[in-house]
Parts: sequence; C-alpha cells; structure tokens
Amino acid sequence: MIKSTTILEVKNLEVKRGGITILHVPSFLIREGEILSLIGPNGAGKTTLLQTLSYLSKPFQGEIFFRGKKVEANHSVLEYRRKLAMVFQEPLLFDTTVFDNVSSGLKIRGMKKGEIRERVMEQLDRFGILHLSHRSSRTLSGGEAQRTSLARAFALQPEILFLDEPFASLDPPTRDSLLEDLEHILQQTRTTAIFATHDRLEALRLSNRMAVMNEGKIFQIGSPGEVMNHPVNEWVASFVGAETILTGKVINKDGGSFFASVEGQEIEVVGDIHLGERVVLCIRPENVTLSTHSSQEGTSARNVFPGRIVRIVSLGLYQKVHLDCGFPLVAYVTNHSMEKLSLTAGIAVRAAFKATAITVVKKGESG
Amino acid sequence: MDLILEGIRKAFWLLVTFDPEVMGITFLSLKISGSATLISMFIGISLGTSIALSRFPGRRVVVSLINTGMGLPPVVVGLFVTIFLWRNGPLGFFRILYTPTAMIIAQAIIATPIVMGITLAAIQQLPQKLRLQIFALGATRFQMVWILIKEAKLPLLAAVMAGFGGVISEVGASIMVGGNIKGYSRVLTTATVMETSRGNFDVAIALGIILFMLAFFVNLILTQIQQKERPR
Repeated sequence: MIKSTTILEVKNLEVKRGGITILHVPSFLIREGEILSLIGPNGAGKTTLLQTLSYLSKPFQGEIFFRGKKVEANHSVLEYRRKLAMVFQEPLLFDTTVFDNVSSGLKIRGMKKGEIRERVMEQLDRFGILHLSHRSSRTLSGGEAQRTSLARAFALQPEILFLDEPFASLDPPTRDSLLEDLEHILQQTRTTAIFATHDRLEALRLSNRMAVMNEGKIFQIGSPGEVMNHPVNEWVASFVGAETILTGKVINKDGGSFFASVEGQEIEVVGDIHLGERVVLCIRPENVTLSTHSSQEGTSARNVFPGRIVRIVSLGLYQKVHLDCGFPLVAYVTNHSMEKLSLTAGIAVRAAFKATAITVVKKGESG
Repeated sequence: MDLILEGIRKAFWLLVTFDPEVMGITFLSLKISGSATLISMFIGISLGTSIALSRFPGRRVVVSLINTGMGLPPVVVGLFVTIFLWRNGPLGFFRILYTPTAMIIAQAIIATPIVMGITLAAIQQLPQKLRLQIFALGATRFQMVWILIKEAKLPLLAAVMAGFGGVISEVGASIMVGGNIKGYSRVLTTATVMETSRGNFDVAIALGIILFMLAFFVNLILTQIQQKERPR
C-alpha cells in the first residue's frame, strides 16, 4: 500500500443561500490517491460541496487546505484551481472541435503548442475518441461528448479531480462502457477524485470511501462495506438500500458461475470473473429465505448457510431479520412466516439465496 | 414604370462610369457608418457582456433601457446631438456640428444599444454552468469573459450586422447633424431624400440601389465570417 497523505482538508465549512444554511461540513478530508464518492438524493448538497471544495462558489465560512496550505479567497484561488479539474453532468463543451476542446485548459495555462498537441493526443487516445479529433463538439453523441469533457479534465493532469454526476444523463450501455474506461484510467493515473452520484452501484464500483449526504450534511463517511452494512441511522440505511453488501475474492470457477470467498465462507455466484479478482456482492433481503429445520425440503438455492438471528426490526407488513452467518446478512420475512417458524432473536436458522440473486460489482485485482 | 426603368438605367450608368460624385457619397456613407459601427461594437460588446455577467440593484431597469434603446428613433438622436453640439450647447466648443464626426457620433449612439442589447441576450443564453466550467479549467476572470465572447461569436456578429444595418439606412440624424453638405457630409440616404424632393427620381433610384447593394455586400461579408468553416 502507498502511504496516504492528506491532499484536501476542510474545516467548519458552511454555505448559505438567501440566509439559509444549505451546507454544513464540520470537517472532511481526502487522502492522496483515494476515490471518494458522495452519494445522496437530489438536493442533498453534493454539487454545492463539490463547487465549494473547488472554490467555484465561495463558502459563507470555513477553511479549505490544499496539501496543508490554506486556500485564500483572493490570491491563491487561481493557483489552486489550476491544480484541479472538474467534470459536470452536462459536457459543457465549447463550440469548436473536439481537439480544441480538450486543449482548452492547457491553452488557458499558456502551454506551448507542441506540448499541448502531445498531451491532447494522449487523452484522445485514452478515451477512445482520437477519430473524432476534428469533429465539431455540436455533432457528438452524449457519450462522445462526455468522453471529450473527461479528456479535457485529464489533459490537465489534475492533482484532484471533481466529478459531478458525470454519467447521470447517459443511457445505461453508454454509461457502463464509460464507467469501465474511467475506472481503468483512474487506476492507471492514480488520480485523487471526488465523485458525486446518486447511483449506489457506481459509487461501490469506483470508490474506496463513501460519504452519504442529505440536507446539506454528511451523515456518514467510511468504506463502502462500513456504510452499507453498518449505517449510522435509519435514513442512511434506507438510502443506501437494505441489501447485504459483502466484499470477497474469486477463488474458484465452475462453468457459468464462480465462488467468492467472503470472511471464510464460500458463496456461489452466477457470472464470469477472473480468479483472484476482488468483487463486491449485493444480496437483496427479499431474495434470502429462512428455515429452521435442519432436514430441509429440497431448495434450488445454491447458497445455504447456518446462522443466528441477531436482531429483528418490524417494517409493518413484514420483518427485517439481521443474521450472522459468519458474514452479516439481512432477510425480509413475512409476518406469517415469522409466526410459523417462531423466529426470535438469538435462535439458529438456515439462510438460503440463489446464485442468480446476487449483483456483482468488480473491484479489480489490486486494492 | 418608365420612371423605374430609367432610374435603373441611370443607376447602371453612374455605377459603370464610376461617377465621382456618387463614388464620393458611397465612400463617405461607408466610412461614417463603418466607424460608427466599430465604435458601437467596442462599447456595446464590452458593456453588454459586463451587464450580462453581473448582478446589481436596478439591473432590470438598465436592461429595459437598453432594450428600449434598440428602437431609438434616429430623429430624436439627431435632435439631442444637435442640441449638445450647437454653438451655445454644452459641447458646442468642439465645433463639430455639420461635420462627418457629428454624424459618426449620432450613428454610434443609434447603433450602440442595438449591439449591446443583442450582446446581452447572447451572453445570457449561454448556460450558467459554462462559466463555472471555464473557471474550473483554470481561467482568470478576463480569460473567462474572452472565452464566453468567443462562444457567442455567431449572435455577436449578428449584433454587429444589425447595428450596421441600422445606421447605413438611417437618414433623420444624419441630415440633422451632418447638414447634407455637398462633397462633405452628403451620404447615400441624405442624397436620396434630397434628389427625391427635387423630383430627380432617376438619381434617387440609382442611389437607392447603391445603398441596397452596399448593405447587402457588407452583410454578405459578415455572414461569410459568421458561417466560415464551422467544423463538421
């Protein structure tokens, strides 16, 4: 592991609009090389936080430190902004060619033509848009335009990259291919990034740490596993989804499915992923069934684990059962089944879920 | 009908023979209206852009005034410029009433609100976030404004064309502050008015055709620049 130093730190940040506090972050830091995702619903303050961190809008109060040095409103803002790059939800391209768009930030910095050309070509190639170099930005598809916007940001070789829902207005196939490319490029370049999204799977896939935001506050910040499995309050729990999130490593393959080792247990998952790769598994609680009898009638579920009931939360029409199977697992059980199986906290049960009922997020071999 | 045909024949004759008086009038028209347009371009684009990008109390009133100014009646401008430049007027000491300079001033006053109003609209219709994106690319405030102006270059050229079109065809102010002095401050429009009132319809038609062609060619050139080499 690389030793991580703090690259950006925020103290007592407060943003007001029309006299009302719309963002309040007492403290917050980003380490070099990490990818932090900000997740939350619309209006949670993700965009405001990004724009304040990049000093595009002035905070009402608070301090921002970049590599330990305070960013001051008047003299060091330009210097600071030239170390970062930002990609918005809209591509916001200029009415010129793709090449000129990607070179715009470098031109602003007064870089020499030859050097610009070299850097731009590298980024165009990296984002697979070299063939569009001379095309007008007005004729690009949504995906091509967003690739251009990302290339423009990466051409600056930013020390920190801000991404404000860059995929939110793309259709799913375009989004997936761009997400995959961005993931590789972020890994290759080891760029520190802050990534706002409302899509939990995007956040899981790209980030090392997650910050859950709502109503202008950061409710929880931690690794995806921490946030997903140990939400600090009900709101976070309902927003990040109730499903079980497990991290593991692919240790075996068999036809159309693979086996992932999760805290010593083996879970079978349908999918094709290379051995040794790290994966995140998401299991929705409605897909987990419980039984108490050891002599179980035949189930088609490939994953059956003995476990113990830790906690039961009533959700009205059904109950949410937290289990410990060596790894945490959550199941929804109807009130009728609760009575029939006479489930209570502390008793031993068997939990089953199908190999097809698991959403897989690849995390790459490193990390 | 004969009147028109005779006019066209005469106009053709005046053109192919490069009639010195007509040529002089044409060049003066072009010089005065061109200078006025240039002045209005600098003032209109810079002020229009700054107003589009800033927020201050009373901004709405200012914008309404500019929009009203886009339809400023030339005779009213002529009247006030005359009053100001009158021998005993506040700026009388310049002694420039009935000179081409006075005409340039009057025409610039007519064209500036036109250029400013269209500039204002053009800059405002650019997405708000574009400014943030330009700043995020590391631009200084000056660079940001320059990039926005380049982004709005098509409507801005339209603004310049509208400004030029407004002053080359204007007659009221020119005749009031220029005086229509032969060989000195006589331009196409004032000459046309004079020849028409004298009953010299043939010459008036010739001048009218030249005026129309002049406006057409200047706009053709500007349109060429505007539509030039837009990448595919």
